[in-house]
Order: sequence, then C-alpha cells, then structure tokens
Amino acid sequence: MASASAPPAVLMRGITKRFPGVVANDRIDLEVREGEIHALLGENGAGKTTLMNILYGIYHPDEGEIQVRGRTVVIRSPQDAIRLGIGMIHQQFRLVPTHTVTENVVLGMKQGVLFREREARRQIEALARHYHLEVDPDARIWQLSAGEQQRVEILKALYRQAQILILDEPTSMLTPGEIEDLLKILHRMKEEGHTLIFITHKLDEVTAISDRVTVLRQGRVVTTLETAKTNERELAQWMVGREVLFRLTKPKNTAGEIVLRVENLHVDNDKQLPALKGISFAVRQGEILGIAGVAGNGQRELVEALIGLRPVVQGSITLNGRSLTNMSSRERIEAGIACVPGERMTALVPGMSIAENMILKAYRQPVFGKGGLLDRRAVNAHADRLIAEYAVITPGRETPVKLLSGGNIQRALLARELSSQPSLLIVASPTSGLDVGATETIWRILLEQRQQGRAILLISEDLEEVMTLSDRVAVLYEGEIMGIVRGEEHNLERIGLMMAGALRLPREEWV
Amino acid sequence: MNLPRLRVERRLSTSRLTSTLALVVSLLLALLAIGLVFSSLGVDPIYAYRRILRGGFGSLYGLGESLAKSIPLLLTGAGLALAFRARVYNIGAEGQLLLGAIVGGGIALNFGHWPRGVLLPVMFLGGFLGGALWAAVPALLKARFRVDEVLTSLMLVYVAGDLVRYLVYGPWRGPEERGFPYSSRFALAAQLPHVEGTRIHYPTLLLAVGLAVLLYLLLERTKLGYEIRVTGENPAAARYAGMNTDRIIILVLLLSGGLAGMAGVGEVAGIHARLSPPEGISPGYGFTAIIVAWLARLNPLAAILTAFLIGGLLVGGDAIQVALNLPAASIYIFNGMILLFVIAGDVFTRYRLRLELRS
Repeated sequence: MASASAPPAVLMRGITKRFPGVVANDRIDLEVREGEIHALLGENGAGKTTLMNILYGIYHPDEGEIQVRGRTVVIRSPQDAIRLGIGMIHQQFRLVPTHTVTENVVLGMKQGVLFREREARRQIEALARHYHLEVDPDARIWQLSAGEQQRVEILKALYRQAQILILDEPTSMLTPGEIEDLLKILHRMKEEGHTLIFITHKLDEVTAISDRVTVLRQGRVVTTLETAKTNERELAQWMVGREVLFRLTKPKNTAGEIVLRVENLHVDNDKQLPALKGISFAVRQGEILGIAGVAGNGQRELVEALIGLRPVVQGSITLNGRSLTNMSSRERIEAGIACVPGERMTALVPGMSIAENMILKAYRQPVFGKGGLLDRRAVNAHADRLIAEYAVITPGRETPVKLLSGGNIQRALLARELSSQPSLLIVASPTSGLDVGATETIWRILLEQRQQGRAILLISEDLEEVMTLSDRVAVLYEGEIMGIVRGEEHNLERIGLMMAGALRLPREEWV
Repeated sequence: MNLPRLRVERRLSTSRLTSTLALVVSLLLALLAIGLVFSSLGVDPIYAYRRILRGGFGSLYGLGESLAKSIPLLLTGAGLALAFRARVYNIGAEGQLLLGAIVGGGIALNFGHWPRGVLLPVMFLGGFLGGALWAAVPALLKARFRVDEVLTSLMLVYVAGDLVRYLVYGPWRGPEERGFPYSSRFALAAQLPHVEGTRIHYPTLLLAVGLAVLLYLLLERTKLGYEIRVTGENPAAARYAGMNTDRIIILVLLLSGGLAGMAGVGEVAGIHARLSPPEGISPGYGFTAIIVAWLARLNPLAAILTAFLIGGLLVGGDAIQVALNLPAASIYIFNGMILLFVIAGDVFTRYRLRLELRS
C-alpha cells in the first residue's frame, strides 16, 4: 500500500461530457489510489463507461482535468493512455477473431519490420504463468470462450505494461466459475502492485473485491465509500436511489404436457469437435427449465442446434410430438420455436427501425402483406402495439434499435419473440449486461409467461438467475448433462458440484 | 501546443441533412481536386468545367447525348444499387453488359427476319439471361464456397471482353466488313427506334426508368426487398430469422447481372446496330454505373437522377477532349475522383469532426 501522502494513481476533477441530448458525465470527481481496486458502481447509463473512455482517451471531456500520478495530463488517444501505463478491457472485446492469441496480443505494438513470433510467444507465456492467465498462445480467438478471450485482453494490457487497468463490466460475459477465476487474477494483479478500476453494476462483486467504491447515478458521483465500511443494501440504495427488491418469488405452477423433447443429442462445435455428447431433456408447458453451467460447455451449440443454425450429428429434437431434427430454421420458427439468443445483436438489425425489427420473423405472415408485398401500415401497427404492451421506451417506432438501451433492446426482443405465441421460448443469458431494474422487468415477464403456460428453456451462466426462475435445473458440463434437480435453494450445493464436474447424478435421480 | 485539434467522433445517428451535406461537400471537394489536375495540364479549371457543363447540358444536342448515355448507366446502376444493398459487391457489370450484347446481338444476327415486335423483346430477354448467366458464376461461387464476388465478377469482365473479341474477329465477323472486326449490321427489325434527331433509343429509356421504379418498390414495399435489406445489414440476423441468405445473394447478383445485360442489348441495338470489339460497345458503362449507384446512395429511384448527371459528365468530357485537346483518359480521372470523394465523404455521415481549441 502506498503511503497516504503519495499522489493518487488517477485523479479526475470536474469532468463533464455531453452527448447530443444528454449529459453523460456531470462534473465528476474521482480519486483512485495507487495499488487499490476501485469499483465504479452504477446502473446502465449512469456514465461509468463514458468516464473510463475519457480516461482511456477514447472520448475527450468537455470540461475538467485529469492527473495521473500527480501530473496533469491530456489524454488524446488510447496510445497516450497506454504510454501513461493505463490499459482498458472493454465490455465488448477488441480482438481479431481469425488471428491467434499471440498475434492479437502484439497487434499494434511498435516493433521491427519482422514479427518475432517466437519471442513474443515466449513473453506471453511467461506473463500468463506469472498472473495465472491460462490460455493457449496459438489458439485462434474465435475458438475461445468469453472467459478465455478476456484473459487475452488482460494479457494485451499487461504486455503493454499497463500499471492502471480499467475493466468495463468484466464479469458480464462470464460464468460463475470464470468470475471466480477472474477475481483471483485481479487479486494477483493487485499483489503485483497494479491499480485496478472495476466498472460494475453487481453489488456482490463490489463487496467481494474492491477496496473502495465510487457510486455514479445519472452522470454524477453520489458517493465514494470504503468497501469494508458499507454493505450491499446500502450500496443498492446509493445506486438506484430507492430500496430494491432482491428476490422475486416464483408462484406455484403445475407443469403440463411435454412441449420440447431432446433425445441423445450430439452436436459438433466450430472446430468439428463434439460439443454436445448425447444430452436428453424435456420442457413442459408452464415450466421454466434452466440450463446451468460454466460458459463454453455446449450452451451456444445447444441453442443453435435447437433453432436450426447448427446441424444435428445424432439424436432427435421433437416439438409437440413433431420431429424438428431435419427442419430448416424457418420451418422451426413456423413450428413454434422462439429464441432470444445470448448475443442479442445477432437477432436484430441494429441500423433498421424498431418497426422493421419487430417483424424480423413474422414478416412472411399474410397480415403483413399479401402476395409478397409488405404492408407498411400493418408493420407500424404491430410495432406500436408491442411498444405499448411491453413498455419499450423509445422516441418512436422509426428509431433505429441501435439507439435503444440494453434493457429496452431486450424488452423489444422478448416482445417480438412472444408476439408469435410460440410453443417454446428459448432465452439465453437474458439479463447479461442489464441493470437491476431492467433485470427485474425481464424476470417478471418470464415468470408471467410461465404462469400463462408457456414452456421456457432458460440457458444462463448466472446462477442467481437460474435459481430464481427455474422449476428444474439441468447442469451442462463438457457437453453432458450431469443431472437435473429442482430449482430450490437446498440443491444449490449439488448444482455447484455438478457445474464443476465433481458430481454426476444417476439417471434415476433426475427430476 | 496552442493549435486547435480535430477530433473524430462516432455519430449516434445520421440525419438526412448531414447525409446530403456530406454528398454536396464531397462533390465540391472532388471538383477542387480535379481542378488541380486540369491546372497541371495547363487548362483553366473554371473554363474546363464550363465547357463540360455546356457540352453535357448546355444544348439540345448535348442533352440528348447525355440522356442516351444515361440509359445504360441507369439500367446497370439501378441493378447494382440493389446488389450493393444486400452487401453483394458485383464489380463485374461491365462483363455482364457485354454478355447481354453478345446474346442480344446473336439473336439479332440470326433472326433478323422476325417481326420487330417479337424480335426486340426476345433480344432484351436474351440479354437479360446472358448477363444473369455471367453473374451466376460469382453468385454460385459465393453462395457455395464463400469466394469473394469482387474478384470473380471483376475477372469475368476480361473473359467477356475476350469473348466479344473472339466473336467479332472470328465466327461473327461480317463478310462485307472488309476485314474489320465488326459483325454485319443488324436487320432493321433488330434496331431500336430513336427520338427524332437524337440517339435516345427511347424503348430502352422507358424500360430503364420503369425498372428503376420497380426495384425501388421491390426494396421498400415487398417482403423480398425486406429480406435483401436485412441480409445486407446483418446476415447473422437474417439467418436467425430463417431467411435463406444464399438464395438472396444469388438473386441480387442475377438481377443486377441481368439488368446490365439488358443495357448491353440497348447499346448494340440502339446505338451501334452491330457488334464490335468491347471498347466499341461500352466505354466502361458497367464500371461507371458503380458511381451512379453510390451517388444515388444505393437508392434505385435516385439513380435516375445520378445516371443522367454522370451521363452528362461523360458527354461534357468528350466535349473538352476535342475542344481543349485533352487526353481521352481525363474524363475517367474526373469520374474516378468523384467516386473516391463520395465514398470518402460517407465517413462523415458516420463520424463527426470536432474542432477543439485548447490552451
């Protein structure tokens, strides 16, 4: 720990940043001490990321001053920031998918004419060992899980000798196990004398790892606290400005007929290696089946196989008794499968209006125009109805979806998927990246749908989400289901063991 | 460190005003840059521009010529706008145009005795199929093996050129042409009528305008057009929604190729009345049409205007060649600069520049 008289690692004073129509940062003061882990807590849109983008030189403040280690600096670009020893891990990774880990780490660095790959590779391996960042330096990025990609991003920053590291919602893409690993890595970095700024809206992460926390609300700093002297409830109040409900209770509900049945499903991943090794489960009407598991254990492949974007190697998928196994994605949509995928933007056209996005799957229906024509009036009416019904906050139906907030995008997506009255709704990581309020809304919608008898398959790496919503929980580990148990508190330990691969329930004990 | 600095920031959204402004400013800057080229050739740029405008738009004759040249540009450009909207970059319209000329010309040479009312429509149909066939090669390669259509379509331009050359130097050379590489003249029934005293083959013009309107309606008012736009903006979302993106890629390539092929028929049946070496059939209309499509912001309806504008510039370019004794290539520099600046100007519709003064 640095002595109290040492200058802070980062001092931001009176930072103001305006965007058209909003003040993203309003006279913000932030002090980050040398060698501490400083959490930046706030809901989506509170201005956390903007502030850090300013520190990293991506944005430029309209007003205010920045000091790094006591020296006033002007940071014009990320290159300036890197020269000052500042690194940033963005929420969306900035990696070249077709390049190797090594190539990505050294990309953009000043070096000789020749790329001395072996030398770079050796250094990266040494760094990885030192900080416990296990990753294969020769793997290509697209082959890696989110957790592994994040490690590459951290390696990139360390390779550039970052002393001050900004992490923008680093856990939003990670599974519980990966989060634990990440927190260990961060502790290790702190021991090595790094200063860390940790953007998050998750209270448990703040208390688990930070030394101090600064809370932002609507572009302003509301307080800075010593983490040890506060608690989650108090932090939540600072963050949202009101008391929040933490637990939703799922009302009693009896499950009906089997809607989806998956038998002995085998699916390969992009590398043509088995991703799902013969899994079987069923989802009934009025029930939420949660698929828990650490990311990269076959979740993505499962979703893609169900909606018809990935071939089934062996096994069968049946919906309401009809075999879907050899159907195209379009036939499956028409058969009654709806899906909100984990990567939201693959289910939307960001540059197109809400109205046009709301018909992405339904446009073929005759209501939206006969004989191949598109009836704009019907399209608009449909959009207006969904916007009103699901309370999507938007200036209008003509607004491009890319301008909506994460919570509103998710609400619009759910609205669209449910508007077809599907037999089965698949939702993957439905609240990742969303703030407390938006999460609560999404959860409520899902529980309401369950009450109305919808069959829901929930695939999530967020264990709290799985436990809150699911009637039954299946645990996916290395492409196999380790067991299916009731989604009740007392099963938490067994679920955790199954997620780690340490427990496999015999088939007859599955529920 | 008192210098003001320029900052580049991403725009959240683009207004129509910004978009138009970027286009106008790009065009002005292009003119400025071209002015430098003219100056370096020892020509007063203002004088050159006036000659170009006067040549292209300043007289009835000029206007007629401009309109005649805008016909192939519009047919091809409107089709390309459609393909580009699906992010399918068909760069080989020139070759597809030539294939249309070959098929249309072949029909004209062999069935000259057919009545005009049958022969001309069959020629256009044949030209469409020829152009579409030529575009089918990059289409299938892209849909099946993910081969980049930019390369394949462009390479096929040269193959098409040599095919025309082979035909007019070889089997199709007219016996009465005394060794020149031309086919025989088409029968009268295979020649398009003109607006009196001009080279405007108005059936093709009407066809082009009609098709541009249809393509616009296709994009904005039909389900297929919606699929094309979604595929262009986010192919992953298109597949997720159960759209057959391969089918759409193939379709827009065939359509854009087919329209270019019809432009080829228009040129041989409306202007030349015979087949000649490729340079004689088209002075690069297939490439210039790319500029037409981009200037129109990939809107087939706006292509009606931009095709006329570029057609006028081509005519004006011919005029200054003669009047100012400039090399023939100078008008291509002109066009190339305009495309370069318009595409570069597009950046400003997505990003904003901010001037920052700091002390």
